[in-house]
Order: sequence, then structure tokens, then C-alpha cells
Amino acid sequence: MTDARTALLIDFGSTFTKLRAIDMDAGRILGAGQGPSTVTTDVTEGLDAALADLERDMGTLPEFTHRLASSSAAGGLRMVTAGLVKELTAEAARQAALGAGARLVGTYAYKLTAGDARAIIELAPDILLLAGGTDGGNEDVIRANAERLADAGLDCPVVVAGNRNAADDVAATLAGAGLSVSVTGNVMPEFNVLDVEPARAAIRGVFIQRIVHAKGVDRAARRFDAVLMPTPAAVLAAARLLADGTDSTPGFGPLLVVDVGGATTDVHSVAEGAPTRDGVLPRGLPEPLAKRTVEGDLGMRINAAAIAGAAGRASLAAASGLSEDDVTTRLSSLTDDVETLPDDAAGRALDRALAAAAVAVAVDRHAGRLEVVQTVNGPITVQHGKDLGDIASVIGTGGVLAHGEDAAGVLSAALAGRDDDASVLRPRAPNLFIDQNYLLYAVGLLAEVDADAALMLARNTLFRVEGDSVHGRLPAA
Amino acid sequence: MTAANATSHTLVTGVIGADTHIVGNRILSMALEEADYKVVSLGALTPADEFVKAAIETAADGIMVSSLYGQGELDCRGFRDMCIEAGLDGILLYVGGNLVVGKQDWADVERRYQEMGFDRAFPPGTRTAEVIEALGQDFTARDAARDAAGERAAS
Repeated sequence: MTDARTALLIDFGSTFTKLRAIDMDAGRILGAGQGPSTVTTDVTEGLDAALADLERDMGTLPEFTHRLASSSAAGGLRMVTAGLVKELTAEAARQAALGAGARLVGTYAYKLTAGDARAIIELAPDILLLAGGTDGGNEDVIRANAERLADAGLDCPVVVAGNRNAADDVAATLAGAGLSVSVTGNVMPEFNVLDVEPARAAIRGVFIQRIVHAKGVDRAARRFDAVLMPTPAAVLAAARLLADGTDSTPGFGPLLVVDVGGATTDVHSVAEGAPTRDGVLPRGLPEPLAKRTVEGDLGMRINAAAIAGAAGRASLAAASGLSEDDVTTRLSSLTDDVETLPDDAAGRALDRALAAAAVAVAVDRHAGRLEVVQTVNGPITVQHGKDLGDIASVIGTGGVLAHGEDAAGVLSAALAGRDDDASVLRPRAPNLFIDQNYLLYAVGLLAEVDADAALMLARNTLFRVEGDSVHGRLPAA
Repeated sequence: MTAANATSHTLVTGVIGADTHIVGNRILSMALEEADYKVVSLGALTPADEFVKAAIETAADGIMVSSLYGQGELDCRGFRDMCIEAGLDGILLYVGGNLVVGKQDWADVERRYQEMGFDRAFPPGTRTAEVIEALGQDFTARDAARDAAGERAAS
């Protein structure tokens, strides 16, 4: 028998360098390792420490068939987006960047002012995504914005995904100022038609060609084959694979992934989100099939206090069984020391309450909404965003879900509850899964070389839990 | 993919306000497309600001507002001002349908809508051919005026 094919999947994170060793033929995990994140000095040190840790876990390291990496190190893929109308091309650009795994540091609409251009340069994004105008539509604004940014001395790669009639001129303007430019398909080629995939692919291309080097991740290049994408994009890729399946294996169908992290909570949905109730009329910009939202104010550590702000200290106290004063004291120490793990029952109860609140609020913001409009013919119900009611699976990932208490209860906070505002279109009765081994990014990376092996890995390792739709929820404030 | 050329015109159509009567608007949109206009159709239940936003993004040359439920005067108030505010100063604005409640003198209704800034208002029962002819006249006049202005600037 020949040796099994193996893969090493690396996540250059902001705090840790994480490794997963995978048996591709059996679709199972062989070992895990972790080291510090050392991107600010030399990325190789953290990776070597993580490899040593993996070797301790596995005994000996095999000769890996594939060694693939994702990165969210050095602040992640920091992007600024600019479009024309806030609810139209500016929103489409935002969706494209989020889906590419970016961390949005600025979003702009309409003509950029001199002050806007200065602010953008101050933000020093890794990539700027420039949109505006449908194909054959408005050309003035994207042209003016390109000139404004070129004149102001922008210094980062630009992806142009706006009105195709202006795209070549816009690219020439930017290239004339010495900028690297990629021209791709319009994020909104026709009015209210979203086409974010070309822009996502272009962003990923720039990430691989330039950003990986700019962030120093390629210093360790001899130790792996390629850095393929930002880590959030790997998680979204895993979500897509799990939803759609492969040619030989069916997927889970429409699903939701909730990723509760230390600084943010990400929600990914792979679902059309069409109305599940009769007589409901969809309104507004259609959302991408694979949609990612990032809640920058909901994180278990850096933003623990912000979770309390969103959910209310009283409800955190009620959910954790602590007094409000106790919650306040503990929150401040969590925010001060981002690597704290709770060492007592009360701390773990607070973590559980914080995580449930983060899940509840993040899914609330991701899900679509119903609104009743009064007309002369009687009331009409319109839907904004995705109806997640019929979603078949909700998958939880992130440290607090993998290692914390009562993961099922925490994840149940994503569901439509009894006392909820029925206008928020949360999942009603999905199966719940926990990514216990923090493997979703690895699944997304592995899918690049072998989708069947990646899907098998996910199916073998995601852990099904029974939800608790009544007690698991914290009411959103 | 259709790329608008310099000679074609883009029109935004829709039914304004809390009005669900879509049929006439759909017939108009189809007729406009057949007459080689690029049509951005917003459908029923469209708030006034969505017409304006769609017109900005698509660089529309005209907005065709339908109102069938008698509340048009309320819904259309300030429509021209909103366009000017958004930088769509010269955009052609048409309105048509059951524009007022009850039987009123059409000349009076037309005057009120023109005072609101609509270039033309059309009563119930207007044939699509009539609208297309009016558009042809208005765009020809505008294009001629623009060309003349361009020649003056060039000389």
C-alpha cells in the first residue's frame, strides 16, 4: 500500500500560528500544532514553533503532499471600498470585499472629497476596491474618484470593478500615478444585479501576488507551497463546499456558519434566502449567495465590553448567574488581557453568556427582515435581506464554541426563539454542528486541491449537537 | 452584456409610494424597451428616493413615475427638488396614471404636476405610443440644444 496522501494546513493568525495535519484519503485529522504569531518579526519563528508542537502531537511529521496556508496576520487583509450610491454600488463593493475575506477599514460612497482621499491614505489599506456606476451608467464619479486618489498620492494596489465604459480610463489614471491596478467585472453590471465573484477573485489575486509578500508571510515560503487566501475567505470557501457538496458527494444544503472570535464575530451564509412564507415580496439589493458579515464590535476579548453594550449587562448577568457588578469587574479584566481563558466556573459562565450574546446579535444583523407596508389594498409584507428560516444547518466555530461550556446552548442563540421579534428571519429548526477541532479554514484550503477530501474531512469532524432553543438565547437589546 | 452607446437613452420606471398596481407600468416598460430605450424597471411599491438612486447609478436620462391609487400628489411632492439635490438637474421627468382622487379637470391636474417639476403628465388611458412620441420629441430637442451648446463652446 502506498503512503496516504497528507496535507498540512497553516493559518497565520493575528495571535497564533495554527497547524492541522490531515490524512486526505481517510478524511481525518492526524494532529494539531500551535505557535505564536511572529509576523511582525519573522513569520518563520512562529511557524517553526508550531511545527515542533505538531511533531510532539504526531510523533514524526510525514512528508506532506500539500502544504497550504491562509493568513489573517498583521491586521488581516485591510481594505477600503468606494462606490457611487451607498445602497447600490457602494454596498455591492462592500459585499465583494467582505466575501474576499477582507477586514473593511473604510467604506465610501459618492464623489470622494480631498479630505476623504487624505483619510483613505491615512488608513493605509492593503487594497482599495473602486466601484461606481452600472455598465453604461454613471461614469463621472468613478473617474473623479480615480483622479482624486491618484492626485492625493494613494499608495496601494487598486481593484477596479465599476462601470466598464469607464474602467480602462480609470485604470490608466491610476497606473499613471504608479499604482498597481487590476480591472475586473462590475460589482453591479445592471441595476440591482449583484456580481461580486469577479471582484472577489481579483482581490484574491492581488492578495496572493502582493499582500502576502508585503506582510512578510512569504519569508517562510520554503516551508509551504502557497498562501492561498485570507483566513476568513477560507472559512467562506468551506461553507460553500459544505453547502454545495461535490460532484460525487451531496452537500448539507443552505447553511449558516457563525465564527465567534476574540475581536469580531463573523457570520457566513450560503443560501438564496428567498421568502419562505407566501405573499412576501423581496425588496432592495439582492444579497450574494455566499454572504459574509463581520461584526467588529462583537468579540469575546477585545470587544467583550462592546458585547455587553449590545446585549445589556443585566441580561449577561441573568444568563451567567453572576451579579451585574461581578460582570462589570470581569469584563474589564477580559478586555485588558486578550489571552485570558477563564479558570473558574463563574468565568466560564460569563464566557458562555458573552458568546451566546455575540451569536444572537451577529445573526440578528446578518438575517433579513420583514416589514409590513400599508397600501390601499391592505397590508403587504416585504422582505429585506435573506430569509434564513429554512436553513438546514448552523455550524459554530471559534475558540469559545470549540472549548467553552455548553456549545449547543451558545449556538442555539442563532435560532428563532419564542419571544423573538418575528420580523427577523433567523433559522427556525436547523441541525447544529460544532467545529470542535477548528478545521473549517483547513477544509476551505484543502478544497483548493481536493474538494472530495475536504468535504469528507468536514463530514467526519463536524460534531452534531442538540440545540436548546428556549434557554440558549439571550434577548438582543 | 449590453453597453449603452452614446445615442441610446436610459429610463427608470416604477410605481411610486405604497401603490401595488404594476400592470400598466409593466406594459409601459415593455413598450419602451421595444422602442430601443434601456429600461431600469423598479416595479411596484417604490419609494421616491429609490427612483433617484437608480437614476444616479445608471446615469438615466429620464424617470417615468406611475401612480394609480390617487395619492400621487403626496408621493411626488418635491420629486424634482430631490433630483436637483442629487445632481440630476436636467433629468426628464414624466408622471402618469390616476394622479388625483375623483373627477377633476385634467388641465388643472397637469398644471399642478408641472409645477412640481414634471416635464409632462399623462392622464389615465394614455396609449404607450403617445408617451414614446413625446419622449422622442423631448430627447431630440434636448440633444439638439446640447449639440448647439457644444458647438458654441468649441468655437
